[in-house]
Amino acid sequence: MSGSIRFVKAPIWTFENMNQEHLSIAQATLLEPTGLSDGHLNQLMQKLTNVDGSDFADLYFQYSKHESWSLDEGQVKTGSFNIDQGVGLRSVVGEKTAFAYSEDLNAASILAAADVVSAIGRQGQNVQSNKLWRPQAIKPLYSQLDPVAALDDASKVAILEQADRAARDHDPRVKEVMASLSGVYEVVLIVTSDGRQIPDVRPLVRLNISVIVEQNGKRERGSMGGGGRLGFDYFDTSMIEHYAHEAVRQALVSLEAVDSPAGTMEVVLGNGWPGILLHEAVGHGLEGDFNRKGTSAFSGRIGEKVASEFCTVVDDGTLADRRGSLNVDDEGNQTKNTVLIENGILKSYMQDEHNARLMGMDVTGNGRRESFAHLPMPRMTNTYMHAGEHDPQDIIKSVKKGLYAVNFGGGQVDITSGKFVFSSSEAYLIEDGKITAPVKGATLIGNGPDAMQTISMVGNDLSLDSGVGVCGKDGQSVPVGVGQPTLKMDALTVGGVQL
Amino acid sequence: MSELNLANAAEFAIDYAKKQGIDQSEVSLHQGTGVSVGARQQELETVEKHNDAQFVISVYKDHKTGSASSADMSEQGIRSTVDAAISIARYTGADECFGLGDAGRMASSKLDLDLHHAWNADEAQMLDIAMRCEQAALESSDLITNSEGASVNSYSGSAVYANSHGFLSESLGSQHSISCSVIGSDDGGMQRDYWYDSNRNASNLDSAEEIGQVAARRTVARLGARQIASCEATVMYDSAMAKSLISHLIGAIKGGSIYKKASFMLDKVGEEVLPSFMTIAENPHKPGASSSAWHDNEGLATPEYRAIVEAGRLESYVLGSYTARKLGLESTANSGGVRNLSVTNTGQTTQQLLQEMGTGLLVTELIGSGINMVTGDYSRGAAGFWIENGEIQYPVEEITVAGNLLDMYRNIVSIGNDYDNRGSTECGSIVIDNMTIAGS
Repeated sequence: MSGSIRFVKAPIWTFENMNQEHLSIAQATLLEPTGLSDGHLNQLMQKLTNVDGSDFADLYFQYSKHESWSLDEGQVKTGSFNIDQGVGLRSVVGEKTAFAYSEDLNAASILAAADVVSAIGRQGQNVQSNKLWRPQAIKPLYSQLDPVAALDDASKVAILEQADRAARDHDPRVKEVMASLSGVYEVVLIVTSDGRQIPDVRPLVRLNISVIVEQNGKRERGSMGGGGRLGFDYFDTSMIEHYAHEAVRQALVSLEAVDSPAGTMEVVLGNGWPGILLHEAVGHGLEGDFNRKGTSAFSGRIGEKVASEFCTVVDDGTLADRRGSLNVDDEGNQTKNTVLIENGILKSYMQDEHNARLMGMDVTGNGRRESFAHLPMPRMTNTYMHAGEHDPQDIIKSVKKGLYAVNFGGGQVDITSGKFVFSSSEAYLIEDGKITAPVKGATLIGNGPDAMQTISMVGNDLSLDSGVGVCGKDGQSVPVGVGQPTLKMDALTVGGVQL
Repeated sequence: MSELNLANAAEFAIDYAKKQGIDQSEVSLHQGTGVSVGARQQELETVEKHNDAQFVISVYKDHKTGSASSADMSEQGIRSTVDAAISIARYTGADECFGLGDAGRMASSKLDLDLHHAWNADEAQMLDIAMRCEQAALESSDLITNSEGASVNSYSGSAVYANSHGFLSESLGSQHSISCSVIGSDDGGMQRDYWYDSNRNASNLDSAEEIGQVAARRTVARLGARQIASCEATVMYDSAMAKSLISHLIGAIKGGSIYKKASFMLDKVGEEVLPSFMTIAENPHKPGASSSAWHDNEGLATPEYRAIVEAGRLESYVLGSYTARKLGLESTANSGGVRNLSVTNTGQTTQQLLQEMGTGLLVTELIGSGINMVTGDYSRGAAGFWIENGEIQYPVEEITVAGNLLDMYRNIVSIGNDYDNRGSTECGSIVIDNMTIAGS
């Protein structure tokens, strides 16, 4: 992963500016079409909190528009367009949660859903709710532009056609190019039982290019993509060519790959996307729900050393334009740059409202949900490791015999045992301090807390991924980011076939 | 705005598309309700009510296509969704292969496949089931120390598929499940495992207590798991894991990967890809099964039985109308996937398979997705048990199993009769020779 990855400082907005624009977009999109008033919100909140011992309740109004186009055999063959809207209603009493949603934003339908929620809990006395709704200010980290509407369809098609040409022109061994372009525009309004109304407007775009190359009857695949909370203009000629050439390069490297070694050895991970190591090995295990329940391999270990002293890992939802960033999380709390591990010491979990309350900890702006039809949970945003002091070349040189893995497919973790895997798609042997033969993809497996202790060198080349990550938990998918500098693990099991 | 019933909405959409000058169109719609109740540590944890609706239209005009979807099934909602699909079809490229399935192959006789069994349990009853399930798990061993809870889910819905050939089908379906996940611990740390059952008919579900006990038994069995040294060994996939091997094979013969030449099964039709004792067939009309249907997702009549692999030989790819036309073949009525696979066995019970294997690895969990579908290279994280003299010696974790799927399929030595009846694939445990295990 090279080139265009950088941290960007968010633009400075005035209070007036930010509050007005987002709130008026959210109200115009979600409340006004069906005439929902402050009075209706009061009525709804009264139903949701009309339960004995109610701790909190919220309404999550969401409009989302999704468009995608895909190309193969040199032409854009299919396109699809989807609009979803609805409101999720939640009421929480102690450890109990009641939840229902309505895809209809008419007052009557939402009130009926609220009746369903309040019927689930035990009824308390009728408390009159008469809130002065407080619209909240948010500090925008990304544009509120609708990427789907901002570019005409012919130009979207042209991006994919350009990707196809860029890949084919790059090498005659390219036999097939598959590319897809997707754009999402989401408007949310979160209404909470403590009287806040928090808007957000969230664009998200992604371009993926995948190629099949063939040489002497042998075929291989390579792929590259990226995006963020941006408009489609992010995919300019140089970005499209970068993705296309990178996909072709990876596929050609794979054509030459020999069998991967099998066994425990020194492993050097490249910078950027290999940061899914952190997402799997520590990230999920530090989510508040598992730790409240005591089911994580990291439960009860705050203040303990869970990684080598070279490791400082953060979850940062506040990076401008990033795929995993949010102005506010899906519970209306401002996202943060949370230090999870500092110089190897476990500092903090990632929390949503529910788990923070039950654990007596602060929320960290990590409450996320796939849509209004799903309950929020503690989830990651952009998770990465701070840079160290080593030159990446010196890290390679320090390895006598090992693996250098620079690109990965997906990963998975068993929270309780701490066992995690992630599957390399581009890797090389390191022999006597030099990168030698490319090897076929292999799954790497380890135990989170143990593996992190074996990190013995951290590079000075931190980069974030290009913006393609999707995280799944309990059947809910959310966009995330990862990143890291080049790093060395003294012992990790490599799942090749060559003993 | 008036809400239409599904069939009327389908007809309205097709009619509206036709009026806009569209050559062909097809719609699928569904509407359903569900409840899910979760209990943890013998207390109610969550109650969720689901109420889904979705409408998807694809239009074809001058061999170009576009599709759009929405939950809004009012006349206005349908019109704007159809308009969006038409707008997309203006910009996509023309391909002669696009279009509806052949009119002559539309299914004509509706079959009652026993797909819908409403469950009249209310939330209190569902909570009781979840509590009993978790309680059975918590009480079955002192080593069970914590819980991720038990949950009970029920879904019931209706679906319509219609196209501009005049085909329209309406169906009802249901799916219910009970699941449980518990944590065990000893000096070596914590382990988690789970168990579930799922069925269209709630009265066919295993009892809550049984599910809880199996979850606990599986969890306890994993305590003390260790890594083993890297080696080459015979590997037995238990019946739940064996299904993944069948699913990789089906994925590799899907028309979409074949015409893009992105599959390790390319050009393998007519060849021996599995040992001759293996036949894999689909059974779309199996009553009450989870993927049964009398027509595929394009309205084509499904066969009662079709062998995909016959005595080890790959008979055909898995094709819908578009991919069939791309390959110059006939659709195999597999738009939407294969339906209810059955895999023949070599007659042994689980115990007999272990005895025959003698020494090797029994895999009971796989994690990660290290599979290259272009080359068949396979490497996945695994957990299970080390077997010697046909008996379990100790639990194993933090290892990988690797090979190439083409070789792995040829190296299958036996398949048990120990079917896992959950889900849509009926397959016993599979034993494979010569796999590489990576460990310490």
